[in-house]
Amino acid sequence: MTALAALEGMDRLTSGEALVAQNVAFAIMAITMVVAALRMVTTRNVVHAALYLVVVLAGVAGQFLLLGAEFVGVTQVMVYIGAIVVLFLFGIMLTKGSFGEDDGVSSEKRLMAGLVGLLVFGVMAAALVDSFEDAEVAREAPSTTAEVSDSIFSTYIVPFEAVSVLLLAALIGAIVVARKD
Amino acid sequence: MSALLTLAASASTAAHGAGDLALGITEGGNWFLRNVWLIPLLPALSFVAILFFGKRMPRGGSEIGIAAVGIAFVLALLTGAAWIDHRDNFHGEEVHAAVVVDEAHGAHGDDHGDDHGEGHGHASLAVHQTVTWFQTNGVEFTVGTLVDGPAVMMLLVVTLVSLLVHVYSTDYVAGDRRYTHFFAFLSLFSASMLLLVVSENTLQLLCAWELVGVCSFALIGHWWEEKPNSDAALKAFLTNRVGDMGLLVGVTILFFAAGAALPGTFGSFSIAETNALANSGALSHTALLVASCCLMAAVMSKSGQFFLHTWLPDAMAGPTPVSALIHAATMVVAGVFMIARMYGVFFEGFQIGGSSINLMAFIGGLTTIVGACLAFVQRDIKKVLAYSTISQLGYMVMALGVGAWTAAMFHLFTHAFFKACLFLGSGSVSHAVHSFDMKSDMGGLRKDMPHTYRTFMIGTIALAGLPPLAGFWSKDEILVGTGGWGLMGGTDANGAYTLMLGMGMLTAALTAAYMTRCVYLTFFGEFRGHGHPHESGPRITVPLWILAFLAVFAGFLNMPKGFQLAPKGLQERFGHFVEPVAGYFPAIHHARPSWSLAIVSTIVVLCGVGAAAWYYFVKVEAASKAAGTSLTELPNGPTTRWPLARMGHTLLANRYYLDHLYNGVVADGTKGPVARLANRINQDVIDRTVDLTGETAVKAGTIVYEKIDQLVVDGAVNASGRGSSGAGEELRKINSGKVQSYAAILFAAATVLAGVLIVIV
Amino acid sequence: MLLNQFLLLSAVLFSIGVYGVLARRNGVLVLMSIELILNAVNINLVAFGAFRATVGGEVFALFIIAVAAAEVGVGLAMVLLMYRNRRSIDLTAIDQLRG
Repeated sequence: MTALAALEGMDRLTSGEALVAQNVAFAIMAITMVVAALRMVTTRNVVHAALYLVVVLAGVAGQFLLLGAEFVGVTQVMVYIGAIVVLFLFGIMLTKGSFGEDDGVSSEKRLMAGLVGLLVFGVMAAALVDSFEDAEVAREAPSTTAEVSDSIFSTYIVPFEAVSVLLLAALIGAIVVARKD
Repeated sequence: MSALLTLAASASTAAHGAGDLALGITEGGNWFLRNVWLIPLLPALSFVAILFFGKRMPRGGSEIGIAAVGIAFVLALLTGAAWIDHRDNFHGEEVHAAVVVDEAHGAHGDDHGDDHGEGHGHASLAVHQTVTWFQTNGVEFTVGTLVDGPAVMMLLVVTLVSLLVHVYSTDYVAGDRRYTHFFAFLSLFSASMLLLVVSENTLQLLCAWELVGVCSFALIGHWWEEKPNSDAALKAFLTNRVGDMGLLVGVTILFFAAGAALPGTFGSFSIAETNALANSGALSHTALLVASCCLMAAVMSKSGQFFLHTWLPDAMAGPTPVSALIHAATMVVAGVFMIARMYGVFFEGFQIGGSSINLMAFIGGLTTIVGACLAFVQRDIKKVLAYSTISQLGYMVMALGVGAWTAAMFHLFTHAFFKACLFLGSGSVSHAVHSFDMKSDMGGLRKDMPHTYRTFMIGTIALAGLPPLAGFWSKDEILVGTGGWGLMGGTDANGAYTLMLGMGMLTAALTAAYMTRCVYLTFFGEFRGHGHPHESGPRITVPLWILAFLAVFAGFLNMPKGFQLAPKGLQERFGHFVEPVAGYFPAIHHARPSWSLAIVSTIVVLCGVGAAAWYYFVKVEAASKAAGTSLTELPNGPTTRWPLARMGHTLLANRYYLDHLYNGVVADGTKGPVARLANRINQDVIDRTVDLTGETAVKAGTIVYEKIDQLVVDGAVNASGRGSSGAGEELRKINSGKVQSYAAILFAAATVLAGVLIVIV
Repeated sequence: MLLNQFLLLSAVLFSIGVYGVLARRNGVLVLMSIELILNAVNINLVAFGAFRATVGGEVFALFIIAVAAAEVGVGLAMVLLMYRNRRSIDLTAIDQLRG
């Protein structure tokens, strides 16, 4: 929650100082996230990969706070780190024995994946730099949970209902797929 | 919705000014009419209760279902009584809708309501209650009830038949291993259908419609351990999905069409508003025609109209009480009811008034003949009845298509009783002989099962349409309503649908004949099965007698106007209370009844009975005596003697080859080629491309090696040749069957395409 | 803060996720990489929401979190099924699609 505190303590700083503080926070988090993400996709130990994923997810939550999306940030922590990662750890535990370590990825495959990854990044980066050259994110104040909930239950009610149906379908689907019979 | 509606001071003083459309509905009325939502709620609650507590109850949950449906039936009776009072004595405020005034279309609310006969005035306002379900982007989605004549009639029919089916089932499925489950779904089935009939808007109707489909799936596949049963359930469900697409599209079209005519909103699901707008001419005819065709597709699948009817006979795989419920009160009549509900749209869309043929009438007429012919060649008693249902549903749709709305509703009403009676009777028979096969396991049952025999006979006569039983009155009204009969009355109909009159007449004869055959094979001759059949217990025979009673007397509820033998107070009571008179209901004409038509149609029916009786009761009986066994057809009957008859029989026995068409041509035809095409693309295009790239690279390498090697520096060329050869080998690996390689190609291709787009745009 | 710094971070994470999906042999790790991709998209959505000063972006990020939860549930169920059938969750061992 340090980023949040930084955001709230910002009125005491001058605008220039606040900007510097925000950018420093961003840089630290971004570097950590990228490194953790890279380690996640390269480490041989599956459990370590899950822990690196936690770091990335926490970093994403931090970015949300930096962008003033407090509710989404908290949800990110609770749902992703609290639930989904635990689910992954269960998955790893239940499939233990097949892979203690994920080894022996052939170098050609890594090369191929790396090339595709770089290609994806190159195209996206070119498009982004081209389109949003100097656009500034200018958020006056963090959005409140009330605003988000109002929006969900009025403008976005139909997607909301669709998601609820999707969750039900996924629930049933997961049970059907994974049950023993 | 209330935001769109403006309450006029009083119905009598409200001027039908431009931009103000009377909907024919009111927010007031008797308590029972305003709180009709309790009726679907009760079986819905019973569904939940049975699911959770059913197994622990002493009778496996059936008592909850019977109690809930029983209370719902009592409530429906009270609602019916309230409606009879409301129909003539209510003088409350009418709801008006503000509409966009468009001079080109002339949207006025005053060009109807005059043709609805004398003395109706504005007394008959439908009772309309809504609550907001959710709202998004300024459009309110409501749920609510629209209670008028047809809704009340359906409430009564559904709750009554459902109650009798519940009672019957306690005996019929006794000892079944999914007894509780069965009753839970019976309750949900009834609840869905009740929700459908009181629906206030098309969205709610759509939800209820789908719920009905799901329940029918669960109940048809009740004994899903056997493959044919689960196949039948799937077939019913999937065939219905085809039509549901039509419903979805039709509802959407109507939503936006209504929105264009209403100020301040972009759409409306309200049935009353949509119909009233369609009647007033405020909606474009093209939109209505397209919407009607889409909705017609839904009706064709749900109500088993010709060429989407094939699921209905297969649905006989379900337990017999379910068949009775599906065919009499729920499910299949949902389509007919939907037409009746959206009649303003259909009436304008198909231009029913003043025409002599339209899609709905033609499909109905065709279905009624097709179904009746198929009923001749069935061995399975339930299938005879299933095809008979298809035929009778065709009758109803045809009646709606020719504008005989009241006759169609009346036929739905009477048909529910005698068809439920016949189905439950066939279940009673099969309960006794443990089979549905009329030819091998039945015959001569009239002595062993007197109650079933008598009730079945009553149902048969009612279905055949002999006076004075119920079927006669409703069938006769439909024939009159076609307007094709010019002799001694029988005029003033909406158009001159002579073709439909002929189709109806032909079906009347066919119906009488196949039912005679069915009765002979089941109850006459000598018993051909094994063991000793016994009459069923009172929980089966009592519902049979109640339904038989109704099959005899329900017809008197709507004796035609001007019928000299009936007191004036008893004429057209059903039409008076059931048919809506204003606002959302189109201005239909009522045909004058005709003595001559009634006599001719009766003679036609008698001819049908006579022909079949002569064949079975005289010829086959005599042949049986000669042969010493109980025969089911003549050894050298027409199908063996005349090739044309044999061909006809083969065509019918194969159900016009429709199933072959769907499975063989349509399903395999799309499945096969698509699979082959995919394989072809995989094998020839992708594989070939990859291989070709590899080969070209190798070849290029070889050429480079062979030609240039001689001329230029050896080492460099060697390396290049190996390199390209290696590239070829690498490219070959792409088609390895490994998902991740495919994913890589997918990602790379998508990214390249995105890059191209970025560069271009 | 520039909008682009968030978008580029998201692009980096997305590409790393793509790499993970394509390179890892372990089914669970592939699912984790998909989560990475979804999170990258979420950063994008929230950043654009902040940029345009609406809550729409946040709402859709929430929807994506819900969808991700569903996806993980079904995905892990499939991995477990695969493990039960073949005693291995090695994706390279699955090559029934070979042409």
